[in-house]
Amino acid sequence: MSLWALLLLPLFGAACIFVLKSSLSKWIALVVSFFVLALSIVMAIQFGQWGTPLDGYVSHVPWISSMGITLDLGVDSVALLLVLLTTLLTPLCVWGSFTAITHRKREYYAWLLILETAMLGVFAAQDLILFYVSFELTLVPLFFLIAIYGGKNRANASMKFFIYTFTGSLFTLAGFVYVAWQYQQTSQYGNWSFAIHDLTTFAATLSSTQQGWILLALLAGFAVKIPVFPVHTWLPIAHTEAPTAGSVILAGVLLKLGTFGVYRFILPMVPEAVVAYAPAIAVLAIIGILYTALICWVQDDIKKLVAYSSISHLGFCVLGLIALNPIGLEGAVLYMLNHGLSTGALFFLIGMMYERYHTRDMNAISGLMKKMPVWSFFMVFFVLSSVGLPGLNGFVSEFMCLLGTFVSSNSNTTWPGMLGPEYAAIAAIGMVLAAMYLLIMVGKIVFGSLREPDQHQNHESLPPDLSPREIGVLVPLAALCIWIGVQPAVLTNAMQGSVEEVLSPYPRIVLQEQAEPTVKVELKEDNHG
Amino acid sequence: MADRIWFLIPELILLAGAVVCAIGGLSNIATLRRGIGFIACLFLAAACIVTPWIYTPEHVAQSTALFPSLGSYVKFFVPLIGILLVMTSGGLIDRTYEHAIAKGKDRFNALRSSGGEYHALLLLSITGLLLLCEANDLIWLFLALELVSLPTYVMVAISRWSRVGQEAAMKYFFLGAISSALMLYGFSLMYGATGTFVLSDMANAFAIQRMEGEVVLFGQIGILLAIIGLCYKIAAAPMHLYAPDVYQGAASAVTAFLAFVPKTAGMLAIIIVVSLVGWENGLPRVVEMTLWVVAVLTMLLGNIGALLQNSAKRMLGYSSIAHSGYILIGVIAGPPLGLIAVLVYLLIYGATNTAAFATLASLSRDGESIDSLDDIAGLHKRSPVAAGAFAISCGSLLGVPPLFGFWGKLLLFAAGIAAGQLILVLVAVVTSAISAWYYLRLIGLAVLSPTTPQSESVIVALRWPLVAAVLSAIIAIGGPLVLKSLTADATQAIVLPE
Repeated sequence: MSLWALLLLPLFGAACIFVLKSSLSKWIALVVSFFVLALSIVMAIQFGQWGTPLDGYVSHVPWISSMGITLDLGVDSVALLLVLLTTLLTPLCVWGSFTAITHRKREYYAWLLILETAMLGVFAAQDLILFYVSFELTLVPLFFLIAIYGGKNRANASMKFFIYTFTGSLFTLAGFVYVAWQYQQTSQYGNWSFAIHDLTTFAATLSSTQQGWILLALLAGFAVKIPVFPVHTWLPIAHTEAPTAGSVILAGVLLKLGTFGVYRFILPMVPEAVVAYAPAIAVLAIIGILYTALICWVQDDIKKLVAYSSISHLGFCVLGLIALNPIGLEGAVLYMLNHGLSTGALFFLIGMMYERYHTRDMNAISGLMKKMPVWSFFMVFFVLSSVGLPGLNGFVSEFMCLLGTFVSSNSNTTWPGMLGPEYAAIAAIGMVLAAMYLLIMVGKIVFGSLREPDQHQNHESLPPDLSPREIGVLVPLAALCIWIGVQPAVLTNAMQGSVEEVLSPYPRIVLQEQAEPTVKVELKEDNHG
Repeated sequence: MADRIWFLIPELILLAGAVVCAIGGLSNIATLRRGIGFIACLFLAAACIVTPWIYTPEHVAQSTALFPSLGSYVKFFVPLIGILLVMTSGGLIDRTYEHAIAKGKDRFNALRSSGGEYHALLLLSITGLLLLCEANDLIWLFLALELVSLPTYVMVAISRWSRVGQEAAMKYFFLGAISSALMLYGFSLMYGATGTFVLSDMANAFAIQRMEGEVVLFGQIGILLAIIGLCYKIAAAPMHLYAPDVYQGAASAVTAFLAFVPKTAGMLAIIIVVSLVGWENGLPRVVEMTLWVVAVLTMLLGNIGALLQNSAKRMLGYSSIAHSGYILIGVIAGPPLGLIAVLVYLLIYGATNTAAFATLASLSRDGESIDSLDDIAGLHKRSPVAAGAFAISCGSLLGVPPLFGFWGKLLLFAAGIAAGQLILVLVAVVTSAISAWYYLRLIGLAVLSPTTPQSESVIVALRWPLVAAVLSAIIAIGGPLVLKSLTADATQAIVLPE
C-alpha cells in the first residue's frame, strides 16, 4: 500500500495547487515532492528484497476482471532504484524552477506533480495496461510543459515530441494485446490476463517468428523513447525548447522509460528474438553513438549539444542491455541512474546560465570562470562525470557496458552473448569523441577571457553567481555522483538478483543459436580427417 | 402482444414527451416556452429510470427481439446522453425572437416559433433509436431507422435560418432518401432469399443455406446493399461524403446530435443485419470483405480528411467519420468481445464527441455561431473552463490514457486482435497516430495559442451548452471508474436468446 501512497501523494498535491492561491503553488509542490522523496527513501531502507529477484511492496487490486485488467503494484530492486531517481529529481526540478517560471505558475507545478505520478506508475506497475497508461500519461504533462513554457519554437517541438512517442507506443500497445490474446488462447479456462509476470513467462514460450514480431512492436515504442537511431530526431528539438525542469525530467527519467521497458519486457518476454536481433540493435546503437557524437562536435547551442550527447550516451546503455551478461546489464541499469544524475545536472546548469544571459550560444560567451566561479566548478565537475572520469559515476557504468559488450562473444563463460570485441572497440570511439566535444565546450565557455553577450541585463532576483537555492539543487546530485563513482558495488550488488533472473534463459538460447555455425565447422574438420 | 408493449414503455414515455413539447412550445406563456428543454430532459430521465424496472429476467425471457437484453443497455444510456444533447441545444432555437418578445418589441406568434417542434423532433428521433432495439422483423427495423432519420432532416433545417443550413438540410435529406432506398432494396432481396421478414426465421433460413454451402446470391446482394445503405447513417466511406458539409452547415448542437443518434442507430442496425448470417462460422466472405474495406477506407479517409480542414466543425466531422471506422472493427470481430467493445465505444464516443461540439455551440461572435479554427485560438484566455473541456474531449477522442476514449480504443483493438484481424488493427493504430496531429492542433489552439485579432470577439454566449461540455468532460475523466460495470452491462446486453 505504501506504493499507492507514493503514487497518489503527488496527485493530491496537484489537486491542492488548483484549489489554493497561485503564490502558494510552488511551496506546495516543493513540500509534497520532498515528502514523496522522504517516503521513498524510507521504503528503500526497509526494502527486504535488495539483491534478490523478488518483488517488494506488492499490492493486489482487482479491476476489470472480465479482461483480466488489474491495478497491481510492486517493485523489484531495479525498479526501486529508478523510483528513487524519479523522487529525487522531481523536488530538485521544482526547487530549480522557482525563479524561471513567471506565468501560469499553478499549471506548471501541477503538471510537474502529475508527471511524477505517471513516472512512478511506469516503474511500479505490475499490470501491462497500468504500465501502458502510465507510460502514455507521461506525454501529456510534458507536452504542456514544453508547449506553454518552452522556447521560441515550442509549438513545433511539443507536437513532434508527442506524435513521435504516441505513434511508437501505439505499436507497443498492439504488441502487448497480441501477447495477452495468445495467452488467453492457450490458458486453461480461456481467461484474459494482463499481469506482467504471467505474460512475460508465457511469451517466452511462443515461436521465434511470433517473438520477432512482438519484439518489433515493443521496440517501436521503446526505441522512440530511448531514443535509438534513426527515430531520435524528436529529442534534440524537444530538449532545446523545453524549460529547464522539462529537459531535466526528460533526460533524467523519461528516456529511461524506454530502457526500462527493454529491461522489463523485451529481455524476459522474447529471448529468442532478442538473441536473433541483438547484433542489428547493437549496430543501430553504435551508429547512434558515433553519429550523434559527431553532430555534438559542430553544435554552437550548448543545450542542443547536451541533448545530442544524451542520444550518444544512451547508445552505450542499449549496448549494455543487449550484451546479455550481468556485467553489461548491471552497467546499463547503473547507466540509467548516472545519466539521470549528470545530464540532469548539466541541464540545470545550462538553465541557470540561460536565466542570467538569455543565450545558449557558445560563441557569445566565454571565460565565465571569472564571473561565476561556483557555476564553473559545478560545470566542470558534471562534464567530467559525463565524460567518464575514473572516480566519478559515469566511468563505472560506461566501462561496465563496454566490458559487457566486449566479453559477450565468449561462449566458454557462463554468460555467452551475441556481441563481441569489435562492437566494443567501435563504440569506444564514442567515448573519445564525448571527451572531445564536452571538453571543447567547457574550454570555450568556462575558460579563456571573459566575454558576455552585449545586451544582457542582470536578473533582478538572481545574484551574478549561483544563489544558495541553486547550489542546494546541485549539491545532492554532485554528492551522489561521487558516491556512485567510489562505491558502485553497493548498487550492483543490490540489483544483482533481479538482473540474473532476467538473463537466466539466455545462455541456453545463445548456445543454441551459435550451435549451427559450430556444427558446420566440425563437418569441415571431419572432411579433412 | 401485451409483452411487446411492456418493453416499449420508455418509447411511450418519450412519445408523450414529444407531444407535450410540441404543444408546450406553442403556449404564449414565455416561461413555459423557455422551459421546454427542461421538460424534454425530464421525459428522457423518466425513460432512463424505468428501463431497469422493465428489463427483469422474467420479461426478457419472453422477448421476441433478436437481442432480448439490448434494450436494457441502450434505453438506459442513450437517454442520458440525450439529456446532454438537449442541454447542448439550450438557447439555440428562437433566441433572437424570444429576446424581442421579452423586450416587448414583438408579439408572440405560434407560427413563427419552432422551439417546441425542435425538442419534439429530438425526442422522436431518440424514440426511433430505442425502438430499434426491439426489432424482430425487417419492417420494424426499417421504420425505426426512418423514425431516427426523418426528424433529423427537419432539425438541420430549423437549427439555422441561413442558406447554409437550408443547403445542408436538402443535401442531407436527398442523400438520406437514396440511402434508405438502397437499404430497402437490400431488405427486399433478403426477403426474396428467405421468404420471411421475421428476423429469427430469417437467421434460421440463412443458417440452413450456409450449411448447404453459402447464402444464396440474392441474399448476399441484399445484405451488402443493406450494409451500404446503413453506411450512410454511420457516415462511413463510401457514403460519408455528405457528412462534412452537413455537419458544417447545421448548428453545432444539431451536429452533435447527428454525430451520435443516427450513428448509434446505424451501428445497431448493422449489428442486427450482420447477426442474421452470424459470426459463429465466420462471416460470409463477401460480407466480411465489404465491412473490411469499408472500415479501412473510413479510417483512412476520415483521418486524412480531418488533417486538411480549416473549419473546426468540418475537422470534428471528419473525425467522427474516422471513429465509425474504428467501431466497425468491433462489428467485424463479432461477439462477445467485439460487440461489447462497440456498445461501450458508442457511449464513450457519444459523451466525448458531444463535449467537443457543445463547446463550439457555446461560443459565438456577436450572436453568430463560429466555425473557423482561428476562432478558438486562445480560448483559455477568455474562458478557461470551455478551453479545458474542449481539450479534455479532444484528448479523449484521440485516446490518450487515462481518459475514457483510450479504454474504448483498447477494447476495440483487443477485440480486433482476438478475432485475428491484425492488419485491420494495424491500420487503426496508424490512423490513430495520424489523428494525433489534428487533435493536438485543436488542443493547442484552445489551451496554448495566444488570442488572435479574429478570435478576440469570440465569447462564451450560451450557458447550457457549456454546462453540457463540462459534464461530458467530467465523464471523460471519471468514466474509467465505472468502466467495469459498463463492460458488465454490455456483456449482458448482447446475450442471445436460448
